[in-house]
Amino acid sequence: MRLKTFPGGSHPPDQKHFSSSEPITELPLAEKVVIHLSQHIGAPSTPFVKVGDEVKKGDLIAGAAGFVSLNQHASISGKISKIGKFLHPTGIMSEAIEITSDGKNEAIQLTDDEDYLTFDPVILRERIAKAGICGMGGAGFPTHVKLSPPKEKPIDTVILNGVECEPYLTSDHRLMLEKGEEIIAGLKVIMRTVGASKGIVGIEENKPDAIDVMQKHCTKEKDLSVIAFRLQYPQGAEKQLIYAATRRKVPAGGLPMEVGVVVQNVGTAYAIYEAVRYQKPLIDRVISVTGSMVKSPKNLRAPIGTSFADLVDFCDGLKGELGKAISGGPMMGFAMPSLEASMGKGSSGLVLLSPQEAHSIEEHTCIRCARCVDACPMNLMPLGIVNAVKYDDAKMAIRAGLGDCIKCGSCAFVCPAHIRLVQWIDTGKIRYAAELRN
Amino acid sequence: MENQNKLIVSSAPHIHEGSTVKNVMWNVVLALTPALIFSVYFWGIRALILSLTGAITAVLVEALIQKLRKVPITVHDGSAFLTGLLLAFNIHVGAPLWLPIIGAIVAITIGKQVFGGLGNNPVNPALVGRAFLLASWPTRMTAGWVAVKGYTMSGINNFNTIATNFEGTSQKAYDLITSATPLKVAQTLRDTTFVSEINAEAGIDLAGRIFSGLTEMETLKNLFWGNIGGCIGEVSAFALLLGAAYLLYKNIIEWRIPLFYLGTVFVLSFAFGSIPGSEPSLMLPFFHIFSGGLLLGAFFMATDYTTTPVTKNGRIIFGIGCGVLTIIIRLVGGYPEGVSYSILLMNVFTPLIDMITMPKAFGKVKK
Repeated sequence: MRLKTFPGGSHPPDQKHFSSSEPITELPLAEKVVIHLSQHIGAPSTPFVKVGDEVKKGDLIAGAAGFVSLNQHASISGKISKIGKFLHPTGIMSEAIEITSDGKNEAIQLTDDEDYLTFDPVILRERIAKAGICGMGGAGFPTHVKLSPPKEKPIDTVILNGVECEPYLTSDHRLMLEKGEEIIAGLKVIMRTVGASKGIVGIEENKPDAIDVMQKHCTKEKDLSVIAFRLQYPQGAEKQLIYAATRRKVPAGGLPMEVGVVVQNVGTAYAIYEAVRYQKPLIDRVISVTGSMVKSPKNLRAPIGTSFADLVDFCDGLKGELGKAISGGPMMGFAMPSLEASMGKGSSGLVLLSPQEAHSIEEHTCIRCARCVDACPMNLMPLGIVNAVKYDDAKMAIRAGLGDCIKCGSCAFVCPAHIRLVQWIDTGKIRYAAELRN
Repeated sequence: MENQNKLIVSSAPHIHEGSTVKNVMWNVVLALTPALIFSVYFWGIRALILSLTGAITAVLVEALIQKLRKVPITVHDGSAFLTGLLLAFNIHVGAPLWLPIIGAIVAITIGKQVFGGLGNNPVNPALVGRAFLLASWPTRMTAGWVAVKGYTMSGINNFNTIATNFEGTSQKAYDLITSATPLKVAQTLRDTTFVSEINAEAGIDLAGRIFSGLTEMETLKNLFWGNIGGCIGEVSAFALLLGAAYLLYKNIIEWRIPLFYLGTVFVLSFAFGSIPGSEPSLMLPFFHIFSGGLLLGAFFMATDYTTTPVTKNGRIIFGIGCGVLTIIIRLVGGYPEGVSYSILLMNVFTPLIDMITMPKAFGKVKK
């Protein structure tokens, strides 16, 4: 059977072999963690602690500054040692709280409500918000907001995103293999919260073992199903995933709820399960430390705020000279100026590349080969946007699709002229922000 | 951690599939080598000399102009070599050496560099060169063509069964079959003077027989393998298809333009390609596709990146437009062949086509 997919896209080599067979390992206690106040889309959290305060693992240290914001919790026990600017996983300096461990790893008391699936959606949503959960696939949209669709937009389908289409990354893959039951429990919570009748787990064909495991957990549930997708990038992009799974097209500029769908990452579903059943805040996550330059690639369960340097050390260090350190995957992740940055709630991977792999050649003139047009999953004219930005023509840039670009990077990946299309488009998005809003 | 300061920081994506402009251009040259090999096999080393003369002239001229323009010399990217090669492919093996030289100079200067070089030229440079040669030395471009040894120019071998019964006109028919390219034969037969010079009824009969001869299986086989007369690069449909298959497989050209170009020619030649005295036949469209420069044009020139539409629907319009123009020129125009002019004309429409076929973003509703 022809597997489901979407039009356009590209085929980067999946590079999952580095870490796909490495079971999730717990990271030993870190000496320090840095909890960023902006790990999500929305207002930065407001710190509730001051330097010198003692905190336990799970204590609230910063609160949501409004509805579209997030709670942040201490991921280790210890003393607040600094509040200030720290290197963010996106490569910028940003406000954060540093906790120095007291070595005790003392945690707050968790509960266990076995009947969590009978809770009212209001309580479920409350617990999710309290736990400070945001989308763990990378974008970091606060989950309680996503799970609060307005009444006039009924949701019938929840799609769990287990596609993990970014090359190298295997954290979702491993989580599905090892915590499949909990993920399905999380899916049921999400369905109950938004009132959906149908649950789908979407997985790309390169993870047949995960498809098997998830299918096994779904056999007794007639409302749940697993869909295997064709290996095609960006299969895990929200709009493409929804289209591939349901043939529904999210209107341009609109949200998935317009077509009755909510999409959540499998890691988020796991965090949701822990939040509603045990009232456990989101203080750790699985991250793949992978790439050709790390000695022992691993999938680690690490406290939020662990520095990338500590992760690399635990993976036996580097093989040699490092060329590039990417927070996230190589298609949409961020190249970091150093490994000092600390992981956030959206950090699904740390990809370490050699100088050769990181080498890029100079931009050539566009030869109008149109491969970017063919690769664009959003059906835009990437070269048209870039040329318009170069000639400072906001109207043309928007006509060619500037506002609809999801920055998946397919165009730049295939461009034989090596034009930095995503960078130009980013420039356009910033430069024409006012025009785009109209 | 050591070497932290040396980390490369750049915008995503951080990986690339590895293709380069240079790689693309030389791959197209590679895809043209079967055609070159076939023509050397048919006509000897002179085919190679003419081809390389065109290609090397183009490279030298581009390097010289880039030096004068004080811009980086980029001839290693293969695009000038390709232009020169394609130009020479449009010249017949009996042509003098200076013909590809002048053609290549015109192609690179007027066709490409005056607009700023690769990526900026509005029309196909090789075709500009060819059009210039055809307008300046029409007889040099079309006279003195040589058929492949042991075969006729037109590819029709069984002359005896076609025309020996026509008293006094056999010589005229024989000359036509042996000395004109397939498309030239078709054009001559369509022209009423050929018929009227002989005598009306017998003339129509003879024209019909020769025309049917063009679309016989034997003739088509000669067309397919290249046992005919023609330009250097156009002669073997088989060799061109081999190269085209490689480019399609390597994702260097896209299927829309060639498919719609050839498809349009197929349909229109079947509908309108016949002449009085001959039965319409399904072989006719194959005759039109395998003869002349159509395959070379459809796969190697109508797919030129810079001068053709970038939108998917635009490529369809472009292909259909090329097909319609080619058939119009072949069937009613003054030239026997119309591929290069149709591509040139459609090149001019490319910006307009791109403008009106700009795609709607995924999920965007029509206004």
